Amino acid sequence: MDAVIASLPEYWDGFLRTLYLSVISGIIALIVGTLLAAMRVSPVAALRGFSMFYVEVARNTPLTIIFFFAAIVLPRLGVKFEQFEVAAIIALSSYTAAFIAEAVRSGVNSVPVGQAEAARSIGMTFTQVLGFIVLPQAVRTVIPPLINILIALVKNSSVAGAFFVLELFGYGRKLSNDYGDQVLWILLGVAFFYLLITVPLGLLAHYVERKVAIAR
Amino acid sequence: MKSLITRRKSLLVAASAALAISLSACGGGSTTTTPVASASFDAGTTMEKLNKAQKITIGTKFDQPLFGQKGLDGKPVGFDVEMGKAIAAKLGIAPDKIEWVETVSQNRESFIEQGRVDLVIATYTINDARKEKVSFAGPYYEAGQALLVNKDDNSITKPEDVKGKKVCSVTGSTPAKTIAEKYGAEVVPAATYTACLEPLRNKQVVAVTTDNVILAGYVDKEPDAFKLASDETFTKEPYGIGLKKDDTVFRNWINDQLEAFQKDGDYKKAWEATAGKVIKTTPELPAINRY
Repeated sequence: MDAVIASLPEYWDGFLRTLYLSVISGIIALIVGTLLAAMRVSPVAALRGFSMFYVEVARNTPLTIIFFFAAIVLPRLGVKFEQFEVAAIIALSSYTAAFIAEAVRSGVNSVPVGQAEAARSIGMTFTQVLGFIVLPQAVRTVIPPLINILIALVKNSSVAGAFFVLELFGYGRKLSNDYGDQVLWILLGVAFFYLLITVPLGLLAHYVERKVAIAR
Repeated sequence: MKSLITRRKSLLVAASAALAISLSACGGGSTTTTPVASASFDAGTTMEKLNKAQKITIGTKFDQPLFGQKGLDGKPVGFDVEMGKAIAAKLGIAPDKIEWVETVSQNRESFIEQGRVDLVIATYTINDARKEKVSFAGPYYEAGQALLVNKDDNSITKPEDVKGKKVCSVTGSTPAKTIAEKYGAEVVPAATYTACLEPLRNKQVVAVTTDNVILAGYVDKEPDAFKLASDETFTKEPYGIGLKKDDTVFRNWINDQLEAFQKDGDYKKAWEATAGKVIKTTPELPAINRY
């Protein structure tokens, strides 16, 4: 227990880096994922095909392998970055984007097709239909699963600890080496700091769900 | 495909190394492995027992290139192995009468205590915790922390050169602490030392740091990619020969032999045939610790 208290500065540093990775990757994944979902429902066959291909590949590949590609294969192909955090963000956001795309797509599909048809009939373009009619309704059903995905993202960021980034889990390993006799406490400390991010997210999901729930 | 080629290459290297060693063993003049015919020892000593049995069991590593690595013929080769052969020779035991047993870091003390091996020569660092359980002859070599760099990088020759630069090491390990706290490098944490090799190859870190013995093994595998920044080490880890606790007569006798190897050049010869392929500077035998 005293090992955890003595290592609080390290925990804090790791906590901030985990938060940083999760927030940046989360924002990128939300944007990319929504774009992918839009492509998936677009009238252009090539875009639909690409989106489907990307989603199937990204969400069916183990995250560790995606990390391996981002941190080790990309630099070999000449894509150099100064910080290994960049590799982690690339890996996390490209992986999470696939899940977000699927969630958004299911939300879009939950909006009755008649709504889109009605919008089309009064002369709205595809972008307008999506932006003004379908997505605002889809978001309501999509928010709870999206937050689930973001919670998974926070926990998935621990894989970065094995790829040269000193985030919470990386510190967990470092501290278990430093305090070999108190590994249990050290790891419980790591778990606590993850809960500090994920539990509020879960509560938020619960709150939003009640707030925006609509009867269909 | 590439891994197949490099594997073949390393097999070839291992095979030719084994050949070179066996050739040098057959060639006249090598006193290292020719058993001393007239070896005689006081009754009741371990030396006499081993000499009478004409058999000795030595524990070594089977996976540490240059020091103790199992070759294609099933026999280990390396500097530790050469030391074992030289000691056996002084006991009047031929190299083919030595039984090699694989010892790993976790079982070295217990193998000695249980009498499963007579000696352990296995990159075995002497420290006080281990001295509680076994006795150490030597040290016969002083390993230490060093830096592994890309072959074409001549800008780093000493630990001071990595100040403020990225250096890869295992998360929370002692070498990682030393390079960060004493020399001000920015440590890139990895799960294993082999995981550090890719970032080094991609020049995302300037160096990898840990014991020179481990690093020399990587250079041995990929001499075209990596090199040691220097043969010098910046910490000292004395390697000893482990034997049964409080067998002082045997320990003193081995210490005498080690000093004899240094004097008659066998030590240098053993080094040059094995670890000297990567660590070119032949070390001096460290001062023997007769405790």
